Amino acid sequence: MTTTKLSAAFTPKAFIPYLIAGDPDIETTVSNIQALTTGGADAIELGIPFSDPVADGPDIQAGDLRAFAAGISVAGVFDIVAAARKFTDVPFILVTYANIPFKFGYDAFCARCSELNVAALIIPDLPLEEQGEIRPSADKYGISIIATVPLNSEPARIAALAAPAEFALLQGDPTGVDLSALTTSLKQAGVRSIVGLGSADATQAATLAASADGVSIDTTTVQLIAKQDATTSQKLTELAATLSAAVHGA
Amino acid sequence: MMTNTNPSYDPETSMNNGRYMEYGGQYLPEVLAPEIQRVADAYAKYKDDPEFLNEFHTLLREYAGRPSLLYYAKNMTEDLGGAQIYLKREDLNHTGAHKINNVIGQALIAKRMGKTRLIAETGAGQHGVATATIAALFGMECEVFMGKKDTDRQRLNVYRMELLGAKVHAVTSGSMVLKDAVNAALQNYAQRSDDTFYVIGSAVGPHPYPAMVHDFQSVISKESKQQIQTVAGRLPDYVVACLGGGSNAIGSFADYIGNDSVQLIGAEAAGKGVDTAMTAATMKLGSTGIFHGMKSRFLQNKDGQIDAVYSISAGLDYPGIGPEHVALMDSGRAQYVAITDDEAVDAFEYIAKEEGIIAAIESCHAVAEVKKLAPTLSRDKIIICTLYGRGDKDVASIAKYRGIELNED
Repeated sequence: MTTTKLSAAFTPKAFIPYLIAGDPDIETTVSNIQALTTGGADAIELGIPFSDPVADGPDIQAGDLRAFAAGISVAGVFDIVAAARKFTDVPFILVTYANIPFKFGYDAFCARCSELNVAALIIPDLPLEEQGEIRPSADKYGISIIATVPLNSEPARIAALAAPAEFALLQGDPTGVDLSALTTSLKQAGVRSIVGLGSADATQAATLAASADGVSIDTTTVQLIAKQDATTSQKLTELAATLSAAVHGA
Repeated sequence: MMTNTNPSYDPETSMNNGRYMEYGGQYLPEVLAPEIQRVADAYAKYKDDPEFLNEFHTLLREYAGRPSLLYYAKNMTEDLGGAQIYLKREDLNHTGAHKINNVIGQALIAKRMGKTRLIAETGAGQHGVATATIAALFGMECEVFMGKKDTDRQRLNVYRMELLGAKVHAVTSGSMVLKDAVNAALQNYAQRSDDTFYVIGSAVGPHPYPAMVHDFQSVISKESKQQIQTVAGRLPDYVVACLGGGSNAIGSFADYIGNDSVQLIGAEAAGKGVDTAMTAATMKLGSTGIFHGMKSRFLQNKDGQIDAVYSISAGLDYPGIGPEHVALMDSGRAQYVAITDDEAVDAFEYIAKEEGIIAAIESCHAVAEVKKLAPTLSRDKIIICTLYGRGDKDVASIAKYRGIELNED
């Protein structure tokens, strides 16, 4: 399989939905990945459940608990990616709290990601100042560390966050924020920006994609999966089709 | 038994950029990183400021009631038949525990940062009570996060905080104890850091919190050193303190770290035993990890998922420990032992009957270690044991442990 870097997801825009690995179980996560890619997802954010997800809201906390109840482990998360690799080359972004790769061993974790062609990592509790400990391994295996950038960050902080990054996940409520000024400054620093939201309709997604390179959503998919039934797969495909079309300006 | 492989451990030189050896750091979501840096900058600005220190020490003296007594426990000494035992009476402070020392310090930093609202996590409730108390004194808003299991077993302290004007949130996520209260407080802080200062009560969290707690609690060992010099004319041979996150222990050890002749012993909670899952013995059973803003030692599984922990003591019911303690252990400068619920409850009853002191069940983990240690030592040895708080809050749960239901309603 050829290496799929995250930049391949941007054509030139990208719609990136989020799933919790193992929610509600490993097999269903694999089929939900297929449903989203069928609908046109350009990349998948796959969250590794954590015992104490301090940076997440109640929907994702509940999804993590469902995944643990079904017995998810870090090995199981990699099994999901391996199973998905049988039908898709879609770039994966693993979203994980720092203790998971730390305990796995940064080098071993990045090596495993590389074997499975995982493109990037989002590590919410590994801020810029502490990223030095994983970066040598990430660089060695060609794994991007996506910068998380709160929309209300000071300009000097944005510049610092952008400096080592190729991709930035913009977090917070975009209402009333001059998004294009921010994404333009990031673009000048060579950084592609992804707006991360809980949910968005087609109009919002299209508006945001006019300024940003990508749009990612998490709560909507997790809420659909909280009510997983025979129709969920179709709903995920339709959601991805609608938002992907909006992001790509179709 | 206690060898110092690195007797030169010195927090003044070993702590570098928020690290104690490899431990410490600032592992927090970016949404909090700039605010924590502002706290670090404010602390660096004021920690040696004479006006700040004068206000801090004046409040310790005139409001908290310091210095606390160093009490010679004659009955225990005679009964145990070994070393001389002195008790550092943090239970006699205003609010009944050592927690007030640190809260005064952090709240003074908060005021200087222009904050109007204090939030805190609490396990046994003592840190929450101390924070609510100082918020009342300073005219600040206060919200305290406490696991639902702890609000149930520490109802007296919940009501005490409410009397002081604080709002208490019973946290129902996770295992509903101290770590879940920290999670909830961190989430609240991330949403509202503009007017809010997070007063962390233990020697844990991102830099500068472990350093602030060390400095503000070091008054315990600075006083005890002077007091023992006055009564005994020399330094103690042992200093013993209990630890969950490790605030009273670091305060009890701090001024002795450079005195290699003084052996430092921390007593953590073994719960129902270190060979059971019902334990909080982080030093004995944990491994290095990243959680709650710091690289330190945690009880966790092979994947790095943080364990649900257990102790009869709400204040020691925490899966991690302050980073400086891990450095003290790794360097051999301090020793850590695990004390079971049974041993702690026995010590609770023992010190009540021998000395007429009802001490917090947390501190009774230290007392239990003293009960083991003192008889092995000769009469010329001196042990200082910190009683970190008073035990009124524990009376109902100790009665329950002994099969007696007190009618509280």
